[in-house]
This record gives sequence, structure tokens and C-alpha cells, in this order.
Amino acid sequence: MNDLIRDSLDHCVKCTICESFCPVAQVTPLFPGPKYVGPQAERYRGVGPSADASVDYCSGCGICTQVCPQDVKIAEINSRARAKLWEKKGIPLRNQLIARPSVIGRLGAPVAPLANWALHNRSVRRLVQSTIGIHRAAPMPSFAGKTFQTRSRKHTSPSPDAPAVVYFHGCGTNWYEPRLGEMVVAVLEHNGFRVIVPKQDCCGLPLQSNGNFPAARKYVQRLVANLAPHAHAGLPIVANSTSCGLMLKREAHEILGVDNEDLAAVSRSTYDLCEFLLRLHERGELRTDFRSLPLTVPYHAPCQQQGHGIGKPALDLLALVPDLHVVELNADCCGVAGTYGLKKEKYAISMAVGERLFSDIKATGSNLAACDSETCRWQIAQAADVTAVHPIELLYRAYGLGAHHG
Amino acid sequence: MSYDTVVVGAGLAGLTAALRLAEQGQRVLIVARGVGATHLAPATVDVLGYTGDQRVESPAASLPALLASSPDHPYRVVSDAQLRAALEWFRSHCAGLGYEGSLDENLLLPTALGVAKPSTLVPRTMSHGDLRAGGRFVFVGFQGFKDFYPSLIADNVMRARLPVPVTARALELEPPAGRTGDLGGRVLAERFDTHQLGDWLVEALRGKLDPDECVGVPAVLGLRNADATWQHLESTLERRVFEVPTLPPSIPGMRVFNELTAQLRAVGTRIVLGARVVGARTSARRIDAVEVASGAGTTLYPAQSVVLASGGLASGGLELDSYGATRETVFDLPLTGVQGADRVRFLPNYFDTQPLSAAGVSVDASLRPVDAKGDPVYANLHAAGAILAGAIPWQEKSGNGISVATGYAAAQAICASSTAPVAEQVR
Repeated sequence: MNDLIRDSLDHCVKCTICESFCPVAQVTPLFPGPKYVGPQAERYRGVGPSADASVDYCSGCGICTQVCPQDVKIAEINSRARAKLWEKKGIPLRNQLIARPSVIGRLGAPVAPLANWALHNRSVRRLVQSTIGIHRAAPMPSFAGKTFQTRSRKHTSPSPDAPAVVYFHGCGTNWYEPRLGEMVVAVLEHNGFRVIVPKQDCCGLPLQSNGNFPAARKYVQRLVANLAPHAHAGLPIVANSTSCGLMLKREAHEILGVDNEDLAAVSRSTYDLCEFLLRLHERGELRTDFRSLPLTVPYHAPCQQQGHGIGKPALDLLALVPDLHVVELNADCCGVAGTYGLKKEKYAISMAVGERLFSDIKATGSNLAACDSETCRWQIAQAADVTAVHPIELLYRAYGLGAHHG
Repeated sequence: MSYDTVVVGAGLAGLTAALRLAEQGQRVLIVARGVGATHLAPATVDVLGYTGDQRVESPAASLPALLASSPDHPYRVVSDAQLRAALEWFRSHCAGLGYEGSLDENLLLPTALGVAKPSTLVPRTMSHGDLRAGGRFVFVGFQGFKDFYPSLIADNVMRARLPVPVTARALELEPPAGRTGDLGGRVLAERFDTHQLGDWLVEALRGKLDPDECVGVPAVLGLRNADATWQHLESTLERRVFEVPTLPPSIPGMRVFNELTAQLRAVGTRIVLGARVVGARTSARRIDAVEVASGAGTTLYPAQSVVLASGGLASGGLELDSYGATRETVFDLPLTGVQGADRVRFLPNYFDTQPLSAAGVSVDASLRPVDAKGDPVYANLHAAGAILAGAIPWQEKSGNGISVATGYAAAQAICASSTAPVAEQVR
């Protein structure tokens, strides 16, 4: 059944629309473009690995699939080809390491001050670059002392009988941005929900994009096992990480080939956070007691968010806030693509890809930008020198929930 | 979210309809499986280039003859005044690209193969390639730039049937420094924008041009600053310079796409790409909502009106299956111009007039798809662009003309119908 993805290559008419949009091929000759590496090279791969290692320079942003008018699953084909390539060559230590955010989290969080010092110390970073191959200038988040899981266990719902919603917060929120998780919970509770935070680990996405499919399948199946009872009970699952949400919605099935009833139920029940809130609004169920927020904020919809096929619900939500002026940005990609931009041989490519976005953000003159994806936010914050927030943070402030934080 | 109009398709017809509606105050959503033919076809708006084997000098003068011989042609639902208004609208909305020309006379521009092609509106970066002016032309290529052969262009231009004598030659330049291997149009355009390749080109051409030669260069002079680069080339080289369309990707077409989508975003139109329409909620011959695949489920977009601009066979708006059945892929609309499954489907010569070439949906005066009896299938569904039956755009050279004219006319029909109840009250 997987081969609906591979078979889609027969729909390719070589129109080159994917090539004209590919942000990576535009900035480096090392990546010959999604059409060559995807539907064309795939014909030569058969059961063996890629004859051509350039597929590793695909960042996996997925824009090629979104713009293809013939429904060719270009990014998905390339993701699988990359996995086959690494299966044969063996995955380097660095890629194994950065693909396991929850392992890194468990190591770093207990010693957060020390770990954060190391992550942002120039000598340590130079050493890490030369030994492991993580670029010394690549954006790194800071470990939070107390994880979101720990914080959420101390939190009691204000209305225990309210309708429930399940919150899939992902690794970024848990280890690095627990405050964001608290804002998500506060906004959902403000709208009359009881928020269930199940025990959860990594969804396997970084492993998938670093070519370790067997481990990625293990992670996603474990996560699905934790979420499935809620999905079977008919509860919506809400995710604030757009890439991890997309893993549950379709990539675990389409790319990793996981095919079971639990995953199907979880896929059907999963909503991107902004998608979920906008649906509430369409039913007249979203509270709109927003205060004025007189700000100009550039908004970047990350590539993986665009992969949901839901448009840009954040724009419609933020439009509800009085005096908030949101500038829709039109650069396709920030370049980081999860872990791609961390790699020493890809860092410069990643920064070149994001250049348009960074300069467009700077041109707005705002010191604040909004973006749904955590790694993109970290990249934007560093490269455009702004504070980058999830759109939910603006809603949270407009609801007056963060009044005590100013 | 609920919308005044959902437009299915992001090609030139869909973008035209959407922007025309949005600028009149409508809340518009575009959903499309992907990007349309803007990125493939030269960005010239060709209204009518041929009737049969006859090259058209004036579309305005030749349209009556076309409609007489092809009574089902999409131009039938667009009046002369509306066609002129649509072209003017397009020109003013692509002001930065400086479109030139009029419905009264076609220019003759060389294609990537050196064929003299009749075009009605052309970006001014191309307009000096008008072969009707006669004179001496030199076609410039870059080694390594794919699918662009200046000697082929020059040879064919020399052979072309032209009103005045023309001479043409080819010139192949070393590729710009810093880039080896294959060169794509997209990469070159980016480098013209950011690396001042215009200066490199001036240097590379120094001493290689004869006096009075007009210079044709591949249409890769940039995505954002092409017009300025072109002006710089003309003033520095002190002669006429023009862009020659390339094989896909079409950089001038991408400029149009970027221009129109920027204006759409500015007026709050939402664009969802990579999204397939899988169905519609209908009642009493109306479409109430469009259902779009998203993630593992679907999203419903309620709408007052819908524009179908999904393209023809090449774009997947029409589908011919292996049993010989043809269908319209979005709303399963009735088709005209379709052969029975037992009939010959293809003629052996690729450039013959193929049996399916004019297939599509037939529409009423408000561009609403109709059934066999001529009644609208849905009272609030309109169609525009290559999905329309009755034209053979590649023979007529009418593709972008039909897209702009019918996209514009569909938007006008929707605006007229949404004010209709008020008009009735007044009466």
C-alpha cells in the first residue's frame, strides 16, 4: 500500500514547478532539485539505495509536494530515498543524536544551567562542531529547568466537568518552551475546555528526517499507543508543533508506512492548535473577549504547517484581536527544516534559504515575529534578531491571561 | 471559515477571478492541488493568434470569424467591451511588469524555438522582440543553460514567414562565474536579482555585437527586478534588448503569479495549495460548501459562489481513464466535446486536431456550467479558463487570453448575481 506514494511518480509530467519553488536548489548546486532527485531518480532506485547521494541535501521542507499540480508525492519519495541511503551507509553519530530530542532533553534538563552554558559557549560549540559536526553558529534553544510534563502534573483544571481536549505538546514545548505549553492550556481553559496532558515522548519525526525509519516507527507507535484511547473515546487531540502534528496526521502513514487502526483514529482526531481554535470560532464557540493589542507582527507560516492543507488559520484568529496588525510574510522557508540547519555542512545553505524571510521580517521594523513551529522560531529569532512567538502567545496576551507578565 | 467565493485552481484564470472578486470586497478563498500554468507558459496574453492556418493580425477584427466557425468558443460569453476591460484590468494589475499591446494588433515574438508567435499583451521586457519591425537580431544563450539553443532560434527566425526582412544570428556566452554544471532558469533569475548579473552580461557582450543588432536573451532577467535590469541593459548596450521565453520554468510567468498573489494577500484572500477538493455539499442546485482534503480528514468551506478554474486535461481538471471515459475531476460536471468510449481517442500525429482537444464544460452567459438541456448545473457555480469547452488554445494561441477574459467575466457575473436581489427590489 505504501506504493501509492512511489507510484505517484508516474503522474510527473516534468513540468518543473517543484524546481521553481524548491528553496534549497535555488541556493546550492549540491542539490539538483526535487524533480531530478525525486520522481526521476526514483525510477533507478528499484529496491536498492539511491545511486546518487544528493538526496541528502533535500531539507524535507515539503514545498515541492504542496505546489505539484499533479499530486506527485515528491517530498515523501525523497524522504524514503534518504532513509534507504543512510540504511546502507550507516547513520552518523551526529544524526542519531540530534534526532532524539527527548534523549537530549533527559540529559540536559536536570543540569539545565550547565547545559545551557555549554550550548551557548563559543569554545564548547567549536569543539562540538569539529568533533560531532553540529555547526557552531546554529540556533540552539535553552533547556527549561522544569519540563512541561512536570508543570502540568501540578496543574488542576478549573472546570473538571468541562468537555475535554487532549494536548499533544511535543518535545520542544516539554524541554525548552514549557511556558508556551502553559499558555496553550490557559487559552483552551479560557474557552471552557478541560485539558488532558497524556504522558508522551517524541513523535519520531527527527528520526524520520534523519533517515532512521525503524527507530522513528518505534517512537511514533509508542506515542500513538498513549493517544489512541483518547481518540477512540472521540476526544480531539490538539498539537501546537506543526511538524509533529503533521507526523500524526499523515506522515507516519504516508512516509513511515505505519498502518493500523490506532494510528488511523489518532490521525483523524488530530488538529493543529490554530486549526482547532478557528473551527471553534466557525461554530461560534470561541471566546472573542480580546483586548486591544496595538502591535505590528510579521507572521511566517512554516512549511510543515502548510503541509496540513488548512491554509493559515493563525491569520484568521489573529484578525480577531483589536489593533493587532499582522503582516503575512511570503518567503517559503526559514531554512532550518528541523535539524537540517544544525548540520555543519548544511548550515550555510540553511541561512541562505532563510535570507529572504529574515530580511522581510527586518523590513517590518518589528521586534516581534509569529510562527507556529519551534525550530523555525529559534532560527528566526537568531537570524532576524527578533523575539519569535507562537501565534497562541498573542491570543493569550489579548485574552488578558498574561496580564501579570506585562 | 465561510467565504463569499471559493475559487478552485491557482492558474491565471483562478487568480484573475479571485483578485477581481476580492478587490470588489468579497472574502475569497483559493484552493488548488498545486500551482498552475503561470510557471510553465510564456507570460504573454495571447488572445487569438490563428484562425485555422491563418495568422491573425488583429484579434479584434478576427474574433467575429472565430465565433462564426466555433460557435461554442469560450469567447462567445465575453463581449468585446468586456474583453477589452479584462485586458486593461490585467495590464493595470501587473503595472510593474509594464504590459504593452492592444486587442487591435498582435505582436510577433520569437519563441524558445524561434517560431514567430502572435501575442496580444506582452511584458515590455519582451516587446522589443517584435519581428514585424524587421532588422537584425542576435540571440544570446549561456553555456550550460538548459533547453535554450540560440542557433536553433536564429535559424528558425530566418525561416519564419514575416512581413519584413529579418536577419538573425546566435551567440553563446561562457556561463556566469561561480556556477558550474547545469544552469536552471530559476537559479539564473535569482542571480540576476541578487548578483547584478546584468553587469556581467554587459561585459560578456562587449565587442561581440554589430551595430544596430537587437539582442534577444533568455527570459531569466530576474524575478523581482527584471524590468530594471532590462532597462539597464538597453541603456548600457544602447540598443533594443528583449527577453525570449524559455522552456519551463517560465520566469516571466512566475513574475505574474507573484504579482497577483501579493495583491491577493494584501486584500486578505486566503490561498491553500496542495489541497484537493474531494466533494461538495449541495442543496437545490446550489453548492453550499466545498470539501477539501486536509491531513487525515477534510475541511468544509461554506461559500456563496464557487469558481471552477481547475484547468484542462494537462492540469488534471479533466481526466481520461484507461477505459476511454472522460470526466471533470472536481464536481463531476457534464462535458461536451467528448467522444464515446468506442470512438477513436487519438490521432497518430501529435499535432493533429485531437478528438478531445476542445472537450470541457459548456457554460451559459453567466459562465455557469450547463447540462445537456442548457440549464445551469448549480446556480452558484461558475467556470473559467482551460476547463471551458470549445477552444483549442494551443492551435489558436488563445490560452492566456481565455483565462484572463473568462476569469474576469466569471467574477463580474458573480458580482452581478449577488446584487441581483437588490435590483429586483428596486423594480
